[in-house]
Amino acid sequence: MSLQRPSTAVRTGQYVALLGYVVFLGFPLIWLLSTALKSTKEIALGSIRLIPDAPTLDNFSAAVAKANLWQAGFNSLVVAVATTVLTVVIALPAAYGLARYRTILRPITLGWVLVSQMFPTILVIIPLFMILKTLHLLDQLPGLVVVYVVYVLPFCLWMLFGFVQTVPPDIEEAAAIDGAGRIRTLVSIVLPLLRPGIVATALFAFISSWNEFMFALVLIQTPDKVTLPLTLSRFVGAEGQVQLGPLAAAALLATIPSLVFFALIQRRLSGGLLSGAVKG
Amino acid sequence: MKTGNVATIAPTPDNPTTSRSRRSHRPGRSGRDAWFLLLPALLPILVFNVYPLLRGIYLGFTDARAGLNQDIHFTGLENYSDLLSNDLFWSSFRIGLIWAFGVTFLQFVAALGLALLLNENLRLRWLARTLSLVPWAMPPVVVAIVWRLVYDPNSGPISGLSQTLGFGQLNLLGDFSTALPAVIVVGVWVGMPQTTITLLAGLQGVDGTLHEAAAVDGAGSWRRFLHITLPELRTVIVAITSLNFIWNMNSFDLIYVLTNGGPGGRTMLPTLFAYNEGFRYGHFGVAAAMGNVLVVIICGILLFYLRSRLKGADK
Repeated sequence: MSLQRPSTAVRTGQYVALLGYVVFLGFPLIWLLSTALKSTKEIALGSIRLIPDAPTLDNFSAAVAKANLWQAGFNSLVVAVATTVLTVVIALPAAYGLARYRTILRPITLGWVLVSQMFPTILVIIPLFMILKTLHLLDQLPGLVVVYVVYVLPFCLWMLFGFVQTVPPDIEEAAAIDGAGRIRTLVSIVLPLLRPGIVATALFAFISSWNEFMFALVLIQTPDKVTLPLTLSRFVGAEGQVQLGPLAAAALLATIPSLVFFALIQRRLSGGLLSGAVKG
Repeated sequence: MKTGNVATIAPTPDNPTTSRSRRSHRPGRSGRDAWFLLLPALLPILVFNVYPLLRGIYLGFTDARAGLNQDIHFTGLENYSDLLSNDLFWSSFRIGLIWAFGVTFLQFVAALGLALLLNENLRLRWLARTLSLVPWAMPPVVVAIVWRLVYDPNSGPISGLSQTLGFGQLNLLGDFSTALPAVIVVGVWVGMPQTTITLLAGLQGVDGTLHEAAAVDGAGSWRRFLHITLPELRTVIVAITSLNFIWNMNSFDLIYVLTNGGPGGRTMLPTLFAYNEGFRYGHFGVAAAMGNVLVVIICGILLFYLRSRLKGADK
């Protein structure tokens, strides 16, 4: 959109501003990495240097040695994978039904997706706590999975619905004319076309449940059932003697999965936004 | 769960929908199939989402408490009159509104600035773009930990810098006067990515010929920004700021780990207040009532949002 070439002064100003943003956004991340690599002594001295004097991986071994971290990471992984699989299995046929059939269910379901965004979790969490208690699912990982599935489901439905709509029904009709049965059409024609959408939805479900904190805080109590965010928050909560080095290392480790997955869908996210936000 | 975080990312299924689905609705495909396909999704949503929500709204009008086999009595507006006479409630709402408005406004200003820069042909913008996406993917608990390290009075860089310059130790999260601004900065940091990407998408949709025409007529870049860019972005701006406000009003994780409402309640957001009422003191009814108050406020904001959207469409 450059009409005239901006003057040097303007360009300089723009670069200064951009640099400011890079520092604001990047500095805390670099500090996390730096703290994770510093020795306990260097942290205690309050060195403000970004590059540690003697980089060490001690903090990582100290963090991992905290028995809970492995257990919590494993719990988080199990919960996130179970949530992802269940969500996709449930959402895929539902999204197809929503996109291909014009019933009263469509406005109701899509309306709910929007409405459900507006309510504070605290309102839902108390009755949910009571329901899970009656079902003997309180303080149980399966209970947490059920809750996560239900809470990522509306948005995953919405996402997949959009992807199904990009598959023209004509393709299905053509396959039917060529003699393919319903199931065959769905499996060998529609499903492959939906693969990018399914991957994006699955990653979204995984990241959401991997990162989730409040439900886990309320619904899980037993130490060997906690998820990673819970463990990390208790790490902090132990007032007084917080060991910053291991804390930073643990936080770094806990971020890696969602960061990697996010990098995978990032392009799709911004692309989707483009098609969505511009039409407004 | 903060599913809302990514709420604008899905490909929006709009205009082609109607014509296409009308075609696909032909004999042989009954609505019963649709119910069959949707049932596995709708049933859990009804049981674990719709019902708890309605039940939660109802509990706000009762004396429900934690514990086994507690009888629940309908108490009408008692919870609300109790809340209204509770100073902590008022202060938490004041703090909640400062937090939500402050974060939303600063998020918007900072994100608009970054989006405008990213829309220019600058070197290194890939770096800013990548960096701006990272906080989005991080678990909120980790974001809180990162900033606790940055704000740490003993070993954090800010306090360290202040000591080097001779101003002494700084405990930004522990000081009464700086705790709220300090957490607002974190809120801006964590919410900027989504806002920036949304605004950038909006900017890229602005018709370039408008700018050219205005430039030919002699409008400088500032005037073009005011009279072309901003009006063209209007819908996107209203949408993202309203959503941000709702999410900020409902935010919990970040502050819970950063300060847990402290020091001395200076960062006690309404959601934290409600959580404490419900799960620390066992006052389920009061906590739910607090949730209802939040819903009313959020609905007010939503009305504002819809009205300004409609006004925009009139023009």
